[in-house]
Amino acid sequence: MVIVEAKDLTYTYPNAEKPALDDVSFEIQKGEFVILTGPSGCGKTSLCRCLNGLIPHFYQGELKGKIVVNGLNVVDHPIHELAMCVGLVFQNPENQLFALSVEKDVAFGLENLGIPRKEMRERVNWAMETAGIMDLAERAPHELSGGQQQRVAIASIMAMNPEILVLDEPTSFLDPVGAKKIFGVISKLNESLDVTVILIEHRLDLVARYANHVVVMDAGKIILDGEPREVLNSEKTRMLGVGIPKVTRLFQLLEEQKALHSKKVPIMAEEMGELVRGALKA
Amino acid sequence: MIEIKDLWFTYPNGVEALRNISLEIRKGEFVAIMGQNGAGKTTLIKHFNGLLKPSKGAVLVDGVNTESVSVAKLARKVGFIFQNPDNQLFCETVEDEIAFALKNFGFKEAPLKRRVTWALNLLGLMEYRKASPFMLSGGERKRVALASVLAWDPQVVVMDEPTIGQDYSQKEKLRQFIIQLNTQGKTVVVVTHDVEFVSECNPRVILMSGGRIVADGIGKDVLTDVELLTQASVVLPQVTEIFMGIKDLEFPLDVIDLYEAKELLLKRLGGK
Amino acid sequence: MSVFDGLKFRGISSPIHMLDPRIKFFYVCSIFVVAIIFFELLPLLVLFLFQIPFVILARVQKEWIRSLRGAAFLASIIFGTNILFRFIYAGYTLTASDVEYASAMTLRFIALVESFSIFFLTTSPDHLGLALEKSHIPYEFCFAFTTAVRFVPVLAEEAQTIMDAQKARGLELEKGNFLRRIRNYIPILIPLIISAIRRSLELAEAMEARAWGAIEKRTNLYTLKMKRNDYLLVLVSIAVIIVGIFVKIYVSVPTISNLLGF
Repeated sequence: MVIVEAKDLTYTYPNAEKPALDDVSFEIQKGEFVILTGPSGCGKTSLCRCLNGLIPHFYQGELKGKIVVNGLNVVDHPIHELAMCVGLVFQNPENQLFALSVEKDVAFGLENLGIPRKEMRERVNWAMETAGIMDLAERAPHELSGGQQQRVAIASIMAMNPEILVLDEPTSFLDPVGAKKIFGVISKLNESLDVTVILIEHRLDLVARYANHVVVMDAGKIILDGEPREVLNSEKTRMLGVGIPKVTRLFQLLEEQKALHSKKVPIMAEEMGELVRGALKA
Repeated sequence: MIEIKDLWFTYPNGVEALRNISLEIRKGEFVAIMGQNGAGKTTLIKHFNGLLKPSKGAVLVDGVNTESVSVAKLARKVGFIFQNPDNQLFCETVEDEIAFALKNFGFKEAPLKRRVTWALNLLGLMEYRKASPFMLSGGERKRVALASVLAWDPQVVVMDEPTIGQDYSQKEKLRQFIIQLNTQGKTVVVVTHDVEFVSECNPRVILMSGGRIVADGIGKDVLTDVELLTQASVVLPQVTEIFMGIKDLEFPLDVIDLYEAKELLLKRLGGK
Repeated sequence: MSVFDGLKFRGISSPIHMLDPRIKFFYVCSIFVVAIIFFELLPLLVLFLFQIPFVILARVQKEWIRSLRGAAFLASIIFGTNILFRFIYAGYTLTASDVEYASAMTLRFIALVESFSIFFLTTSPDHLGLALEKSHIPYEFCFAFTTAVRFVPVLAEEAQTIMDAQKARGLELEKGNFLRRIRNYIPILIPLIISAIRRSLELAEAMEARAWGAIEKRTNLYTLKMKRNDYLLVLVSIAVIIVGIFVKIYVSVPTISNLLGF
């Protein structure tokens, strides 16, 4: 089932000369784990903003073409309506927490939606449980590490029970261990709740393993769109300066020398190890 | 160049951030300080230019005890580049921004101009000379911040998490730039938790955990020590991870470099 | 160390913390009223001592003492000026009652600081915001209030980082005369302001993403319900006012110097 569909989407920010999104078309299926990547300034963030209506409702500007999310045409629905089916988590965890305690923050969206207190309490507890922050419920945001703050942000979005979770470089301020925990939470949501995940990320080595769909953008256009191994192995991706996993690069180098061959391009260290083991046995 | 003896540091709120650090960084060295957030990395480097003074122990920069001189004096020798360029940019033009520190250090008109031009060229910012720093992209702002420090030609360059928020090609450019600085004789200290970046640069690696130095050596040794890295909550370089997974095939386990890995595998796998 | 340190909320649980912030505020007001109507040392001393059980019940002794210490400077100024005025008025002589009057004024101030510090030490800003909401103050204001409190430590940290960054570029804040010193702060203020603007934009985006303004009548995770202790405190507060006013009108309060037979 198609859950996000964009067709000939072109968007220009107010007072900008060049469009941030230039004739973009793509489809995302329900339950997919999509990685959206590309060099800085390529339009990834703008694309995310289109998904929950920040573009065009909040940013104004000129939007052409069509974008439909969960059956709703973004242009025709206000942000708060879209927010119930598309949750957006931003890069800087600090700037998306408003309240003075974690649980109050997780409840913020539900309060805005006017959910009755009893149901709210249940959903807040569920969301905190899912993000693994139950023990932080009464702490103030500034007492938390960046990784914990980001998990609070994810919980507050999940409390609203969206079908689609969009994350804009959620780990770029975190250390690798904090980042791994975040990715763990996201992939759990994707697997057990069938939440569609759209993740913007540079560090493909850390996240490639979770994805089943990769989109590469450059200068407002979609360059590649498809199955992760195919996209990551593509010459185009590498030439764009997208940091493909070292494992994949190593495989490419060895394949050039005809030392290694596989239909299934490795993207994780374990896969590479097995490939080498297999080749040595043969 | 930098000598630290039995350094302890406790913040006013009682957090003991550094415990018994002893360290020597020689002229022209390239050092990466690694460890997870909160390990004390940033606290340590803030001692290099006197932003923090030891609670116990001593820090000597070029033979001078940091306790006895001002930050401004130390800054002439130790250039410090903060993680977020937005924490320092405030001038109307890129040119003024770069001249700011030079004015503070009392440079005369002619050498000041010369140095601004030099720094603009060094980081490829000539075309933005008259632009407002706030109108530039994130990567460009980072370069302005870098230029504004390198302009006074400090002997030591300290960078706090330079790779955060940078995409792959920006990181690659940064890596080349750092190596260029280092080959020109600058002492470079980089604080980071980006293990891939470090494994590509191959500097001396100092690993910190809980306010202590837990390892200090070449990247090949430190970054392949699984036990040590786990203790410090640092992940293995990807290339190392491959070989750790096939220990039984008797490959060397101290590989961090992609091309070294390629050569090793080629030798065993054959190929043309 | 400042007065503000002694006013920062301490998140522990105690019977005082559990009280309804509106009632606590009413209590503070009752102390305020009584403190204002008396000019004599004795009742103010009673008022001061009267509050100590609350401090102990709330388990915030350490912070409370800190707030008093923070207030010490202002208190000594109050004492000094009062003594000085009395001294000048009385024709450059000083009696025991003058000293007592000055002490009373100082103690009045201290008793007020005391009650405010109990209030702020035991009321989480979240609850305070909630109390504001329940008092029919528009939600936007309450939200602005709690968000401002939330970002105080963040901005303080940021200001410190900016200061460090500029010092590392040779800026010397303490250099020069008064005007020059003010100008020295420009390189700190501009990045701080610009980042605050950036931050507010990001906050606005995040608010939108969480359905800000979806419906007119939003709900709240917390609720304020009057419990037994709340009613008790209401009674105590009313009693304080009544006793205070009664004593003021019908009892002639002896001064301590009288009692001691000066």
